[in-house]
Amino acid sequence: MDGAKLKTESLSMAYSANAPYALKDISVDVAENSVMAFIGPSGCGKSTFLRCLNRMNDFVGGVRVEGRVLLDGSDIYAPEVDVTALRRKVGMVFQRPNPFPFSIRENVAYGQKLLGERNKSRLDEIVESSLSSAGLWEEVRDRLNEPAVSLSGGQQQRLCIARAIAVSPEVLLMDEPTSALDPLATARIEELVRELKKDYTVAIVTHNMQQAARISDATAFFLMGELVEAGPTTGIFTTPSDPRTEDYITGRFG
Amino acid sequence: MPKSAYGKMAASGARWSEKAPRGIVTAAALSGIWLMGFIILFLIKEGMPILSEVSILDIASGNRWYPVSSPPRYGMLPLFAGSCAVTLLSCVIAIPFGTAVALFISDVCPERAREFCKVSLEILGFLPSVVLGFLGMVVLAPWMQAKFELLSGLNMLNASFLLGVMILPTIATLSEDSLRAVSQSLRDASYALGATRFETMFKVVLPCASRGIVSAAILGMMRSVGETMVVLMASGGAALIPRFITDPVRPLTSTIAAEMGETPVGSPHYHALFFMGCLLMLFTCLLNMLVMKIESARRAK
Repeated sequence: MDGAKLKTESLSMAYSANAPYALKDISVDVAENSVMAFIGPSGCGKSTFLRCLNRMNDFVGGVRVEGRVLLDGSDIYAPEVDVTALRRKVGMVFQRPNPFPFSIRENVAYGQKLLGERNKSRLDEIVESSLSSAGLWEEVRDRLNEPAVSLSGGQQQRLCIARAIAVSPEVLLMDEPTSALDPLATARIEELVRELKKDYTVAIVTHNMQQAARISDATAFFLMGELVEAGPTTGIFTTPSDPRTEDYITGRFG
Repeated sequence: MPKSAYGKMAASGARWSEKAPRGIVTAAALSGIWLMGFIILFLIKEGMPILSEVSILDIASGNRWYPVSSPPRYGMLPLFAGSCAVTLLSCVIAIPFGTAVALFISDVCPERAREFCKVSLEILGFLPSVVLGFLGMVVLAPWMQAKFELLSGLNMLNASFLLGVMILPTIATLSEDSLRAVSQSLRDASYALGATRFETMFKVVLPCASRGIVSAAILGMMRSVGETMVVLMASGGAALIPRFITDPVRPLTSTIAAEMGETPVGSPHYHALFFMGCLLMLFTCLLNMLVMKIESARRAK
C-alpha cells in the first residue's frame, strides 16, 4: 500500500545474539492519519514490535534487528539516523501513566525545553494547546503548577499524551494506554484517540479486542512473534481469513 | 506423636513460647534506650559545670583555647570553626564526587561492571580511619608541603580530603540507592521524548532522586563531624580560626581525643572537654533530625 506513513519490511528482532526471535518477519503498513491496532495474547510480541518503531529497544544490550522500518520511506535503523530526532517524530505513550514528579506544566514543557525552547509565552502556548488536544486543559487550567502525580490515573494518562504531542510528533505509539485505567477513563482516552488521528498517525497496542474494534481503522493480529494477519478492522473482526484470528477474536483462546 | 499429646504441649507451651521472645526483645530494646539516656545524662552532667567557671559567651566568642595556662582560657570558637571548616570542605569534596560516582554506577556503567564498582566502594568504606590518617601523615602531608611550599602539610585541606574519601562511600552508596529507585518508566518517558541519556540523567533521574541524595549528603556530613582519628592525625592541631584552606586547624573531636587523657578528672578543663562532647552530640542530633524530616517528606510524596 502506498501512502503508508510507517511501514515495516520483514522486521525480525531478537533480544540477544543467540536468543530466539521475539518477532519474525513482520511486514505491515500503517496508513497516514489512521489508527492501527495491534492485538494478540500476552507475550505475542506486540509491545516489542511497537518499541521497535521508535527504537526504544536500543537500550536493551545486544538487541538484534533485521529487516527495515520505514518512516515516510526512509529506514529508521539506517546508521545516519539521529535516534533522538526520530523519537520526537514518533512519540510514545506507555502502559502505565508515567508523569514526571514535576508540575503539570513542567511535564508538558519537558520535551520543548529539551529542544532549547526558553521563551516563556511560547512554552505556555504549547502547554495550553497540547493539554487542549489531550482533552485535559479545562480540568487543569487553574492548577498547572500542581504536581502531576496529584491527578487521577486517567488524567495522568491524558497528561502523558499531552506531553507526547507537545513536541509535535507525526506518529503516536500507544502501548496498552488504558490497561491501568477504569472504564470511564478508558472511554475518554478512546474518544481522544479517535480525535488524534486527524493530526497524527496512531499505532496502538491493546489486549482488549472490543477496544481495537471501537477505535481502529486497521488491525494486526500477532501470535508468538508472528503477524498472523493485518487489514481493515471491520474485515478482521467479521471475516478473518486465518482460522487462528477467528479463534482468538471469538474468545477460543487468549 | 499422638494428636492429644501434641495439643496438650501446644497449649501449655503457648504462654512461654509467646512471652519469652517478647520479653527478651523488649528488655534488649529498653536497655538500649536506658543506656543511651544515661550516656546523654552523663555527658550533660560532666559538661555543664564548665559554665560556672566561664560564661557561655566567653566559650562561644573567645578565640583563645589555652586550657592549661594561668589563667586558663576556654574560648571554643577556633575549635568550632575548625570542625565546621573541615566538615564543610570535606562535603564540598565528597558530595559532588559521591553523586557523580552514584550516577555512574546507577545509569552509566554496564551491568557487569556495576557489582565490581559497588564492592570497590564498600572496601573503601571498610578502611579504618587510622589507616587513612596514616596515609595523610606520611604520603599526603609531605607531598603537599613540597608542592605548595607550605609550613606544614598537616592542615585543613589534608584532613578534609581524607574525610572526603572516608564519607564518599556513604554518600555514593546511599545516593545510588535513591537513583536506582527512580522508576525505569520515567527514564523511558524521557527517552521517548527525544532526550539523550545525559539529558535524562540530569533532568529526570537526578531531580527525582534529589531528596535521597540530600539525605545521603547529610548522613555523610554527620560522619564527617564526628570523625576523630583522621582529623587528629592530619589537621595540624593548631587552635586557630582558619583563614585559608591550607591553614592548620584543631576540630572539637581531635581536641577531646588529644587532651582527655592528660587532664585531671573533675577539673574545669575536663568539664570543658565534656561540654564539647555535648556540642558535637547536639550538632549530629540536629543533622539526624533533618534527615528524618526529609525522609518522611519523601515517603509522604
